[in-house]
Amino acid sequence: MNEWLASIRKGNLGALPAVAGLIVLCVVFSVMRPVFFTAGNFANLFTQAAQVSLIAMGLVFVLLLGEIDLSAGFTSGVCAAVLAVTMDQQGFPWYVSMGLAIVTGSVIGLVLGFLVAKAGIPSFVVTLAAFLAFQGVVLLVVKAGNIVPIRDPIIIAVATKNLTPLLGWVFFGIAVVGYAAVQVRSTISRRKQGVTADSWNTVLLRVGAVAVLLGIMVAVLNQERSRNALIVSLKGVPIVVPVIAFFLVLGTFLLGRTAYGRHLYAVGGNSEASRRAGINVDWIRMSAFVICSTMAAVGGIVAASRNASVDPNTGGSNVLLYAVGAAVIGGTSLFGGKGRVLDAVLGGLVVAVIDNGMGLMGYTAGVKYVVTGTVLLLAASVDALSRKRASVST
Amino acid sequence: MSWKDPLMQAPFLELRGINKSFGAVQVLRDVAMSVRAGEVTALVGDNGAGKSTLVKCVGGIHPMDSGEMFINGSEVHVHSPREAAQLGIEIVYQDLALCDNLDIVQNMFLGRERTSGWVLNEPEMEQLARKTLDSLAVRTVSTVRQPVSSLSGGQRQTVAIAKAVLWNSKLVILDEPTAALGVAQTAQVLELVRALADNGLAVVLISHNMNDVFAVSDRIAALYLGQMVAQVKTTDVTHAQVVELITSGKSEGQQA
Repeated sequence: MNEWLASIRKGNLGALPAVAGLIVLCVVFSVMRPVFFTAGNFANLFTQAAQVSLIAMGLVFVLLLGEIDLSAGFTSGVCAAVLAVTMDQQGFPWYVSMGLAIVTGSVIGLVLGFLVAKAGIPSFVVTLAAFLAFQGVVLLVVKAGNIVPIRDPIIIAVATKNLTPLLGWVFFGIAVVGYAAVQVRSTISRRKQGVTADSWNTVLLRVGAVAVLLGIMVAVLNQERSRNALIVSLKGVPIVVPVIAFFLVLGTFLLGRTAYGRHLYAVGGNSEASRRAGINVDWIRMSAFVICSTMAAVGGIVAASRNASVDPNTGGSNVLLYAVGAAVIGGTSLFGGKGRVLDAVLGGLVVAVIDNGMGLMGYTAGVKYVVTGTVLLLAASVDALSRKRASVST
Repeated sequence: MSWKDPLMQAPFLELRGINKSFGAVQVLRDVAMSVRAGEVTALVGDNGAGKSTLVKCVGGIHPMDSGEMFINGSEVHVHSPREAAQLGIEIVYQDLALCDNLDIVQNMFLGRERTSGWVLNEPEMEQLARKTLDSLAVRTVSTVRQPVSSLSGGQRQTVAIAKAVLWNSKLVILDEPTAALGVAQTAQVLELVRALADNGLAVVLISHNMNDVFAVSDRIAALYLGQMVAQVKTTDVTHAQVVELITSGKSEGQQA
């Protein structure tokens, strides 16, 4: 606990600003509009945050290198269009179309990464060009002005259907037991080797906190949300929640526990030092863009599922900016070398809460954008200030 | 193959006839040098004398135009920093090459992480890092899990040196390790340099500072305009003679 406080004082804020912001926003909106604080709205938040969070998760990898991907929004649009058009016009089964959409994302990432790492063009320019070009590609693929419907029940279920309450609890059990197992195993092995390890109280506290938080979440989401439960029942954890959780765990493992993740942080911190340490810096750069665009494809699929259609504006307008905002609000640094996949989820929730809460309060889109912009600016200043703090405290 | 001095132990590193040009500029001319295990060899010379270039040739960063390199008497060819590392050669650069956002353990194992399967083996790395720092009698670093950004200049230099030692290296080359340090920190780093040699490693210390050179080195190799003008025992020369070698390439009583 004391160490944690000390590291905060040194400017290492971690998830604190995002969590604090989330709590404040939720309290304010709940007081102003009690309907905000209902199970139905709670479920809405997750589906609203899903696309932005998924894209932001991928962006974290690129931001860690100190690069940017401005095209991630329209990449998700292109991939969603591939999904919709191949299903609607070619009659492909859902899994083939989904595979094609994801492969499209990976290929886009490979091309972007190649141009940045090998050709040496600044990522800002490469992805700005891609942003413009992909906007055109979406128009070309869905044929300007058209809306391509998605009818496949499985794809639609991803963002609109819920797990049964029992399945929700099963996932909860898996998550908590898995988390506890990882924590206990790592603590035991650290103790055995005689290196710094957390006390059992800390481990217990951490596992307990996760269990309580997830438990409350599942319990609330399992409540009946339908206005008329006799006609249609609406309860259970939305399917996107385990989808997001899956990518959160995968990304966190990749960044925190593998040599690849370590190298990604290293290249973001000091690419020359990484090169001298024998790390293939170009390969790391390219792989980050591949991951980013692939996650954008996943985000695109979820967006297509939620709207049950794809139109020329899917992945357009503010999706990319919200995703970058989500990563930064969550605590990922734009300067590179600092960030976690969890940031994307926390930041995505903050963005969704602002959007949702201000909508409930009847504010217009104009006000929402101004407020979201202000929050992003605030998050970026926290990042810049905590960096300054960290470099002064040497 | 001790070709010159059969009574002495063969040098760990032996360079003969090294030439290196960048375009029209010949930076190294027919340089010969030998470095022995258990000794600190100071490599001195004015700016532009070719010290850094020589070191980079040995470290595999620049290819040499011509010349031979022997490790323990057998000829080797180094084409990349990787190959140099495999031969036990580690270079600690002037600009340190540490990642500020990573902690000490992460920096020490950068690019050569220990894993079990796909997963990083953090406890093992932490233990080894701790052990290495202890073997060098480093007392200035309290916890190996603090980020490098929170360390002082001397502590960073210590981490960079410890990183070089971690890999069972046999030759450690230090490029101006004390250039940016205060008095107390300089003393700490020099103590560490001496400890490396006393542990049986061959050490090359590049330095501008005569006090440092005389404080820790066993031998002095002086470069002047790309030529090796003298390789002498530190006890055989005076401060003034070395300065003369650096500035004019010759000294009374010393053969160029």
